[in-house]
Amino acid sequence: MKRGGKEAQQYVWDGAIPLQIHLHDSEVTTLPPPAPALILAPRIGYLPLLSPQLKPFFSGALPPGVDTVWFDYKGLPLKWHIPTGVLFDLLCAEPERPWNLTVHFRGYPGNVLIPCDGEDSVKWSYINSLKEAAYIIHGSSKNVMNMSQPDQVDLWRSVMNGKLETHTRISSKLKLGIVGDDFSAKLNPSPLKAQHSVDETEATAASKSSRIPVRLYLWSVDEDFDDLEEEPHFDSWDQISYINRPVEINGKGKYFTLLDAVKSILPEFYPNSLNTIKSEFKNEPGIEPEEERSTGQSNIIEETSVKSIETPSLSGQPVIKLLRIQGIEPKLEIPFSWVVKNLMNPDYFLHICLYIKAPKPLDT
Amino acid sequence: MNQTVSIVILKVVMVSDQETCDGSLSLSDFRIAANAFTEKWNKFNSAFPEWYWIDCSNRLGFAAHGVVDGYLSLQNVFIRRSLEEEHDEGSSNDDDELFDDATLVQSTSDDGDQYHFHVVYSPSYKVPVLYFHAHSTDGQPLNLDEIEKNLPTKSAKVLLESKWTFITQEEHPYLNRPWYMLHPCGTNEWMKLLLLAGDNSMATNGTEQYFISWFSVVGQVFGLKLPFEMLKSIG
Repeated sequence: MKRGGKEAQQYVWDGAIPLQIHLHDSEVTTLPPPAPALILAPRIGYLPLLSPQLKPFFSGALPPGVDTVWFDYKGLPLKWHIPTGVLFDLLCAEPERPWNLTVHFRGYPGNVLIPCDGEDSVKWSYINSLKEAAYIIHGSSKNVMNMSQPDQVDLWRSVMNGKLETHTRISSKLKLGIVGDDFSAKLNPSPLKAQHSVDETEATAASKSSRIPVRLYLWSVDEDFDDLEEEPHFDSWDQISYINRPVEINGKGKYFTLLDAVKSILPEFYPNSLNTIKSEFKNEPGIEPEEERSTGQSNIIEETSVKSIETPSLSGQPVIKLLRIQGIEPKLEIPFSWVVKNLMNPDYFLHICLYIKAPKPLDT
Repeated sequence: MNQTVSIVILKVVMVSDQETCDGSLSLSDFRIAANAFTEKWNKFNSAFPEWYWIDCSNRLGFAAHGVVDGYLSLQNVFIRRSLEEEHDEGSSNDDDELFDDATLVQSTSDDGDQYHFHVVYSPSYKVPVLYFHAHSTDGQPLNLDEIEKNLPTKSAKVLLESKWTFITQEEHPYLNRPWYMLHPCGTNEWMKLLLLAGDNSMATNGTEQYFISWFSVVGQVFGLKLPFEMLKSIG
């Protein structure tokens, strides 16, 4: 693998999910009913962007009326502003291929889903998200808001068409560079930085922001489930907490891991990690060691976790059952800055899907 | 004042970077300020519906110690659709009147549309954000066009000129369903201006002043008035 290259990012951009899309029974007016549509949906894309392909496919079977496209998975209306890959990672713990979705052209559930007027809505949702990311990184959305019209159009097209190079070229003007922790920076110094004196490098790093845009989708597991085939069935979005908190990479010279990031977003689960995150991941509770993970014996893991009691308020430690980003389950001890740089979405947000088993609270 | 504020909402105005205040509020200050605001509002504005703090500390399935999570809520505000001829545009006499009287806000009404307001902290923008939901007497949720009819003319104009950065529909961070919100991407810029305009005695009750100043702008969009006693504190 090329170091510092864009290989991992390219994989993310090329990633796609095979979908098998059925027209909802209530909207079928033909006999026999139309066959399901098979589509490869880009991970970084959004479901409504598939409608130009789906409409002609199903239009012959539809009852008369106005089309408003929406999708559901096993009855759960899918939020269109969440990237398709994230929906898949979140709702399909055991990846189902092809992923069976249902498309509707009528009866938009406006009480659950934000209205969507096709591509334009998706585009603005993307731009708003980018603006938010820019604000987190820079403390200002100006660069995004002042983007020229042609740049805005090209940037959006690059997302729609999965053109990483175009996206990189235009988004570089927004100067949304993310500063990692010192440790990772030393590991992978850019040639430019190497020419500077140490003092200068530190000065630049200090002046830049280290807030990282993160969207976390969290399912708080209350029962044990041993393997993901007994995955939960989500019939309401209320079962999933959406946590939109930036990660602040704090502390100099520390090796800030993915687990550190998760801890900093979830002080509810990791009360001791508030502000002072120490990266001793030797005996880090909460991590499922690789060997144990692969055997899928969660009992062992819990026993080891319960042993280390540090928190005054909670008995035991939370156990991360599943952490998935862009379809992969990265080790929790890898540098967070690597994860961000390579696995973020084109809106500059890192979308993390997390299943976590909450520690049991002591009597209150 | 009225004019300035409208302009500030309309466009993100650049200010020279001064270190006095960056226009943002920390999460812990938000909670403190929200509490103080609620207390004063409920004291000085007792004829009006009250603000409540909705506690969400256990929204992840258990109550974690030391973690306070939640938002402010003001329920059941009735806003009557105003008659167009009552407005006369652009005749602000630049007096010290802070609010546009065009919209009649009432606490009880039979013929008004019902509004619910939530103030939620945005960790991304580090500012309070006003979310709202509106429905008519028959329970039908209002769409943006219908909401516009409830707004004072000035707000409606701003709305038209900047549809996407002003009022947008987004997911309520705690309720998991679509609510309207005043988009926060410009908030810190106009807050910077507002706080610079006032005197710089931010030391003692700065966060409280922040919250009141902020509400004086966003509340104005709906014709929500602050009690005089609260306005005094922001000069």
